[in-house]
Amino acid sequence: MITAIASLTILGAILGLILGVAARVFRVEGNALVAELTDILPGSQCGQCGFPGCSGAAQALAEGHAPVTLCPPGGRAVALALAAKLGVEADVSGVQDARPMIAEVREELCIGCTRCFKVCPTDAIMGAAQQIHSVFREACTACGKCEAVCPTESITLQPVQLTLHAWYWHKPVTQTTIAA
Amino acid sequence: MKLFKLRGGVHPQGWKELASEREIRILPLPERLFVPLQQHVGAPAQPLVRVGEHVLKGQLIAASQGFISAAVHSPTSGRISAIGDYAAAHPSGLTAPTVTIASDGDDRWLDTDVPADPFLLTPEDIAARVGKAGIVGLGGATFPSAVKLNLSRKNNVHTLIINGGECEPYITCDDRLMREHASNIIEGVRLIRHAVGAVNVMVGIEENKPAALFAMQTAAAGTEVKVIAVPAMYPMGWDKQMIRALTGREVPADGRSADIGVLVHNVATAFAVRDAVRFGRPLVSRLVTVSGGAVAEPGNLMVPVGTLVETLFGYCGGFSSKPARLVLGGPMMGMELSTINVPVVKGTSGVLALTKGEIGREQASPCIRCSSCIRACPVGLLPLQMAAHIRAGDSAGAVSQGLKDCIACGCCSFVCPSHIPLVHYFNFAKGELMEQERGKLKQEATKKLADERIARIQRIEQERQAAAAKRKAAREARELAAKAGTV
Repeated sequence: MITAIASLTILGAILGLILGVAARVFRVEGNALVAELTDILPGSQCGQCGFPGCSGAAQALAEGHAPVTLCPPGGRAVALALAAKLGVEADVSGVQDARPMIAEVREELCIGCTRCFKVCPTDAIMGAAQQIHSVFREACTACGKCEAVCPTESITLQPVQLTLHAWYWHKPVTQTTIAA
Repeated sequence: MKLFKLRGGVHPQGWKELASEREIRILPLPERLFVPLQQHVGAPAQPLVRVGEHVLKGQLIAASQGFISAAVHSPTSGRISAIGDYAAAHPSGLTAPTVTIASDGDDRWLDTDVPADPFLLTPEDIAARVGKAGIVGLGGATFPSAVKLNLSRKNNVHTLIINGGECEPYITCDDRLMREHASNIIEGVRLIRHAVGAVNVMVGIEENKPAALFAMQTAAAGTEVKVIAVPAMYPMGWDKQMIRALTGREVPADGRSADIGVLVHNVATAFAVRDAVRFGRPLVSRLVTVSGGAVAEPGNLMVPVGTLVETLFGYCGGFSSKPARLVLGGPMMGMELSTINVPVVKGTSGVLALTKGEIGREQASPCIRCSSCIRACPVGLLPLQMAAHIRAGDSAGAVSQGLKDCIACGCCSFVCPSHIPLVHYFNFAKGELMEQERGKLKQEATKKLADERIARIQRIEQERQAAAAKRKAAREARELAAKAGTV
C-alpha cells in the first residue's frame, strides 16, 4: 500500500516536473495560428478588410470573426490558402480576382503635397515637397490609400496595361453538353 | 546504328512537297526592317543606338543584359528611323520594343574580326564569339547558344547531337539548308564540338529527307561526325525525343540535357555558328519557309531579321486564294497571326498561309475517354486528366499530373476524336500559373517593403523620443543651474 502510494507520488512528481519544464522551454508567444495567417495575407496593411492591418485581420480570422474571403487584394488565391489553413470550406464563387490595377500620377495635376508619399504602405511613391511624384510600378499594391488622400485627384488607380510578357491564352470556352 | 524505342508521337500529313524542291532564294533587301529587342528567351537586349544614327550591317544595336540574354545586330546598313513599340510576331497582337532601320541600299558589312584558323581558338573564345554574334537556338526555342555552350563545357558534356529532325509539317528550311550547305553545317558542328569537348557527335535527320541525309553523309565523310537517319515522326525534332532515339537515355523531369551529358543544337544554329566564328558575322538573317495552300509560289527564302511577313508573302507571288489562317512557325506548334505586318525574328522557321481545307475547325464535343491522347503524348502524360482538372479550375491538380512537363507539342489535340483543344487548356493553365507565381513574388517583395517601412517609422519615432528626452534633460539641467545661480 505504502509502496504503491509512494511510487505513484514519485511518478506524479517526475511527470509534473517534466510538464513544468516543457511549458517553459516550448513556450509559444501569442497565437501561432495568427502568425501563420499573417504570412498568407499580402502584408501591405492596406486596411481594405476593415481590420487594422494584416495582423488584425489574421487575429479576427483565427478567432472566427471574419470570413476567409475578407482580403480584396489577395483574391481567390489568398482566400483558398486561408481556407486550407483554417480547415474550412471556402465559397470563393463570390471572390473575383480584382483586375490588376496600379497607381498612376497625372503629372499636370500633381502639386507635390507629399500626402500620398506619406501614406503609401510599401514606399512605392517617390517624391518631395513641390516636386512631381511618381510611382514605382513593381512596389505598388493598388491599395488605394494614395487615391483617397490626393487633394487634386492627380493620383488614381488605373488598370495595368497588358504586356507581351504577361499575356497568356484565355481559358477555352466550355463546350455545351449535347446530352440530347 | 541501332535506334532506341520512342514513346508517343503522331504522323501528320507532311505537306513538305510544297516547298522542299524549291531552291533557297535570297530575298531582295526590304526598304525598312523592324528589329525587335527581344528575339530570345531571357532578358531583352538594351538598345545602344539613337534615332538618326547610321549603322552598318552586323553592327551591334542592342547589347545582351544579364546572364541569359542575346545581342541584336543591324541586319543591313542604313539609318535608325525609330526606336519604339511595334507589332510583335505574337498571337496576342500586342507590341514590343523594336528598332526600325531604313536601309540605305548598300548592305555594307562592318569590318569583322576573322581568325586565321577557327579550330585553333580556345573553347572559351568560341563561346564568346558565339555570344557576341547574338546566336540563339534556331530550331524555335531561341535559347541563347553561348549560354548553352558554357553550361555544357562546365557539365563535361560527352555527346553532341545536331538536330536535323524538322518534324513540323510544311517547314523545309533545315532540309534545304542541309542539301545546299552541308559542308558549312558540318564545319559549324565541328566548331561546336571543339567548343564543348564532346567525344561523340551525331546528326539526326528524319528519314523522309533522303536528299539532305545523302548531302550531309557525303559532307561528314572522313570526319568524327556521324549522320544518322531517324524515323519520320512528330515530334522527332523535340530535343529530348532526339536524345532518346539516338542514345536511349531520358532527360529527367525539370532537368536539362546537359544533366545526362548531352548537348543538342539545331542544324541552322550550327550553320550560324560557322558564320560567326569563321567570318565574325553575327546572326542577322535566317532561312524561312513560306508555304501553305494559299501561297502562290511556296519557297525557302534567306531573309534579313526584321523583314515583314507581308514582304515574304509578296515575294512568293502573294495569295492564290484567301488564306483562312496565317501561322508563324509550323502548324503543330506555331502561332496564329492576326496580321502580316509583323517582323520575322531569329526564331521564325516558317510563315504559312493555310486554306480552309487545311485547317480543322470542328466543334469540340465531350471527352469519351478513349485515351488516344495518352498513347500520343511523347512525354507520357495523361492529357485528358490534366484538361479535366483545368476545366474545373484546378490548375494545381493539373500540375500534380505533370503539367509542367508538357511541351505543348499538340499531339494530343491532333489525335483527339472529340476535337477537344487540349493544348489550349495546357497553355492557358501554364499562363495562369506563371501569373500566380509573379503575383506571389510581388506579394513577397511588397511585404518586405511594408515591414521595412514599419521598422523605419518605429526607429524614427524612437529617435525623436530619445532626442526629446535629451533636450528635456538638458533643459532641466539648465534650469537647475539657473536656480542654483539665483540662490
